[in-house]
Amino acid sequence: MEANEISVPMKILVALLFLFLLAPVILVVPISFSGEQILSFPPESWSLRWYAALADNPKIISAFWTSLVLGAVVTVISLAVAIPAAYVIVRMRTFGSAFLYNLFTAPLLLPTIVLGLAILIVFASMGFLGTFTGLVIGHLVITLPYALRVLATTLGNLNLACEEAASTLGGRPITVFRRVTLPMMAPGIVAATALCFLVSFDEVVITLFLTGPRLTTLPVELFHHVESRADPLVASVSVLLILLTLAVVMIVDRTVGLSRTFVK
Amino acid sequence: MTAISAPAAPAAPSLALGRTGTATVLLLPIAIINTIGFILPVLNLARMSFNEALTGGGVREAFTLANWAGLFADSFYVELILNSITVSLGITLATLVVSYPIALYLHRSSGRWRTVLTVLVISPLLTSAVVRTYGWIALLSEQGPIASSIAAVGLTPPRLMFNTTGVVIGLTEILMPYMILSLLAGFGRLDPRVEEAAMTLGAPPAKTFWRVILPLTLPGIALGCLLCFVLAVSSFITPKLLGGGRVFLLATEIYDQAIVTLNWPLAATLSMLVLIIFGAALAAYARVLRAIE
Repeated sequence: MEANEISVPMKILVALLFLFLLAPVILVVPISFSGEQILSFPPESWSLRWYAALADNPKIISAFWTSLVLGAVVTVISLAVAIPAAYVIVRMRTFGSAFLYNLFTAPLLLPTIVLGLAILIVFASMGFLGTFTGLVIGHLVITLPYALRVLATTLGNLNLACEEAASTLGGRPITVFRRVTLPMMAPGIVAATALCFLVSFDEVVITLFLTGPRLTTLPVELFHHVESRADPLVASVSVLLILLTLAVVMIVDRTVGLSRTFVK
Repeated sequence: MTAISAPAAPAAPSLALGRTGTATVLLLPIAIINTIGFILPVLNLARMSFNEALTGGGVREAFTLANWAGLFADSFYVELILNSITVSLGITLATLVVSYPIALYLHRSSGRWRTVLTVLVISPLLTSAVVRTYGWIALLSEQGPIASSIAAVGLTPPRLMFNTTGVVIGLTEILMPYMILSLLAGFGRLDPRVEEAAMTLGAPPAKTFWRVILPLTLPGIALGCLLCFVLAVSSFITPKLLGGGRVFLLATEIYDQAIVTLNWPLAATLSMLVLIIFGAALAAYARVLRAIE
């Protein structure tokens, strides 16, 4: 008998555990087509009424646009700030590169509930609460560590010979960076872009502390909705969100390969 | 630090600023954001835990241990802290039990099948915690499939939501991907030939598991448990929604004190307490690792 042969009871057990793991995500799909007034499963009637209700909900639509614009702005700034930082830390290796790398990725070690409260208290005195600027800075605190990590790893794995050849052939440092290093970093940049956007779009705990009555993001709006009532509306938003995430993941998969981005 | 292991640097950009000047300019933006959004807030939070809270949400600059002393003098908070730790330990154990078979299965499978299953394990991580918690509300509510199945066989369904049971079930599932990935990362030393050897020598499957497989996978178990424990202690969305305001844990209390009661010094003190628990968990992990080696 071979030891690594998987027995039938084990296969059944693993299948059931996978069902447990995926059940809440799978369940929102049928619920989103419910014709009922309240959240129930299985629904007694089917309809598209909750997708229609979504189109008629100005709060959710405006929160969605805020999240989308916020995610885009945060992603662009994250790349613009993290690429030079990664270059200095990995390539120039000046004063305390390792220390700076640890310092700039440290926000990921703090629980978001603690970080959110800490940012709330400081931002309150700066007048950043409930403002778009406040949300951008709050999100940058957690997207920058991810961006820096992915970009520093990419840069560290690049073949130095190409850059050395380019500078030996007379390329000025800025030209070498623009024409050689940056194109070679493309897969890392795509991965960092996707990661920053998804992290910003999904962030809810820190955002909860920073939003105001007039400015809110989609996850925060969904949180307040689920907190106050149980209807199938959130299921229809969830299905659209899952499709959006799938689209982002597929774009990354097509351009750089999924395993290189999320699995490793 | 394997991430930044480049050998000698190529010629650095040498603008008029010089090497150090260029580096400083390039690092300035990230340093400013890190200072405003991380260093200042965290230092300020530590400081805030020693301030005096006034009624009505005011804060008076002071240096008092009243918040800290108050926590340990009030039986509500002592219970809250103990409850948070106990519930988080329970969630960690439950997550380990339901994740271990999946991790073992993934470790043993290969090729395309393994890739598909790994993507299935990671995919919930890409789905918002609000969405997954909402899914659990649908599953665990009184109109949900679990309660109606129990009612269908003529039994009275237990309350599955707005209590600790619901929070434990929901968080267990939410934390599974982290546990599975940590376990897999620590399964490196598990060689199928060692299991074969044990079985060839006559060990029954159960004995092989307890005496061979489990000890070899302890580093992965320790890592997964550390990660899930700290995530459980600090998780907020799932306990808030599935607890329905009836389950009191550290994270939900921090939020309520900060947003509802506006007692920032107390919220700050509770936050520092979460960080102390983090430190303790990390120390325990280091000790366990040394014992395994």
